Amino acid sequence: MEGKPPVLSVKGLTTQFIGRKNTSVTVVDGVDLLVRKGETLGIVGESGCGKSVTSLSIMRLLGKNGRVVSGQVEFEGADLLSLEEKEMRKIRGNQLAMIFQEPMTSLNPVLTIGRQIGEVLQLHTPLGWEERKKRTIELIAQVGIPRAQDIFGEYPHRLSGGMRQRVMIAMAMACQPQLLIADEPTTALDVTIQAQMLTLIRDMRAKAGMSVMLITHDLGVVAEMCDRVLVMYAGQVIESADVRTLLRHPKHPYTMGLIRAVPHNARGKKRLYAISGNVPSPGEWPQGCRFAPRCQEAKPICLTQNPPLLKMKDGSECRCWLHETNEAASAAEGREAL
Amino acid sequence: MSKPILEVKGLKKHFAAKSGWLQPASFVQAVNGINLTVYEGETLSIVGESGCGKSTTGRCLLRLLEPTAGEVWFRGQDLTKLTGKEMRKMRSQLQIVFQDPFATLNPKRTIQSILEEPLIAQQVEKAKRAELIEETIRVVGLNPSHLKRYPHQFSGGQRQRIGIARALMLRPQLIVADEPVSALDVSIQSQILNLLQDLQEQFGMTYIFISHDLGVVEHISDRVAVMYLGEIVELAPKEEIFRNPLHPYTKALISAIPISDPDEKRERILLQGDLPSPANPPKGCRFHPRCHACMDKCRTEEPKETIVNGQMVKCHLYHS
Repeated sequence: MEGKPPVLSVKGLTTQFIGRKNTSVTVVDGVDLLVRKGETLGIVGESGCGKSVTSLSIMRLLGKNGRVVSGQVEFEGADLLSLEEKEMRKIRGNQLAMIFQEPMTSLNPVLTIGRQIGEVLQLHTPLGWEERKKRTIELIAQVGIPRAQDIFGEYPHRLSGGMRQRVMIAMAMACQPQLLIADEPTTALDVTIQAQMLTLIRDMRAKAGMSVMLITHDLGVVAEMCDRVLVMYAGQVIESADVRTLLRHPKHPYTMGLIRAVPHNARGKKRLYAISGNVPSPGEWPQGCRFAPRCQEAKPICLTQNPPLLKMKDGSECRCWLHETNEAASAAEGREAL
Repeated sequence: MSKPILEVKGLKKHFAAKSGWLQPASFVQAVNGINLTVYEGETLSIVGESGCGKSTTGRCLLRLLEPTAGEVWFRGQDLTKLTGKEMRKMRSQLQIVFQDPFATLNPKRTIQSILEEPLIAQQVEKAKRAELIEETIRVVGLNPSHLKRYPHQFSGGQRQRIGIARALMLRPQLIVADEPVSALDVSIQSQILNLLQDLQEQFGMTYIFISHDLGVVEHISDRVAVMYLGEIVELAPKEEIFRNPLHPYTKALISAIPISDPDEKRERILLQGDLPSPANPPKGCRFHPRCHACMDKCRTEEPKETIVNGQMVKCHLYHS
């Protein structure tokens, strides 16, 4: 994967939300990421770590009270953040598509499935009505929905959760995007349906040669789908590595804890490993390393200074002072403005 | 094995669905005749996908929903025959922890008053209450200074601790835990699971643990019941369910769990289609339209519960 050209490159992305009385809360703090052609990048983290907001910032779907304060988002040579809304609309849904977590609320309940998928084609392709209908039915069949002809005229409430998520995938795939951002695409689904969905996304990726950015909290899903993984905590990337390195040799104490806390990894042990304390919400991030108050190995420096993202010998990156002396050859200077 | 604490026989719960004028009444068969024995001190898990009737079962056991038919024997008494007053008394022995820690605590009341409620309902003397509350809040890992606060001042994990404390107030013998960790993050989830296990050791309670998360179930249970469309299709000790599943549905379910090891590959059985509606379940074996081992018999004849090496399974493949 190393040599493949990047599709999406994000540098120093910082996003804030405006609260009451014009106070602003930073939710994403200096995130760098890179998605190469044909690869799947996983973003892992718990609620409130900023993983969804990162993807919404990239899509420019933040809503009124959110704004990207600094950073660059380069997609296929275009700087998404400086584009006019009109230009952005041409890219969004066309080359850059997104699937959301909740298939129930992301479909319009008063429009038919055919109309909603067709809308994407209407906006981005010169196809006429007849051709659009034909293509839409093809798409519905492609994502494995039986009776595509009938489903074309159905309304979302007639479909089950798994079917609705398939419709979302069909919609995202309509224009054969270069990059698909999937924000917890299987969290609301049952395991057997989740297995169907992951297989579908994998097939689609192979067929269309697209890249995927998969946001999830489930390390099992990561292991099955991703080539590389970023772990986020309190708005920052704290570790980034290829999937094997990350799951076999996690470096950051938080990543280690996360992996050990998965019940399956306890392997018959009576007690599970638990990270003490709670995930701090945005605006309550501690000074110094943001994980330090929950970290068992915290040193004095951890409480006062936030570590930079350090480059490791095996190519991974880790934001932790413990690795400063033993492995880090050179601190990734310049990437990290302390 | 220790003695049974709860025995369920032929439990059914049917909800009336739309029945229009001159239209035959139709029923959603949420729970359709389940048999279950829970032994003292064990953790019995009920797993299944959404809509399989696992939560309805949990609620029927405590009569938070009135069962349509069947018996629930708890310590020599059939709970379904008790009057409301008697049942209310009985609830000091049987408690429930709910899934959503955000929705199950009254936002307008302090933790103190939330925890006091079960004591008032069971007419515990006023003098004793404060002491019990303080003791219990410590047991679940919070401290008495939290008692004056309101639910919104707590995080999800802490709220779930409060929900557990409330269930624990009367020192019940049996707790039905209905998806107690599914709304929580992984790092918090493990804290709560550890807490549940500690409490079980400390108070010798029995758990009925309802969950859709097989990883969690594998960790916490002694025995596992797998539900599909209102029926228990397999019931066995945890080791057997995960290492040697018999029912084709259990096999598919186990194989669908994503494993957090990129090199550990296993054969995956992909189920076709979705769960059929419990209002109109398939004839014969309820699983047959999605089953890869479906035979002619399965389409017409409902399988009976069979015991194979101590594992209960409801499938024609194991009929001799």
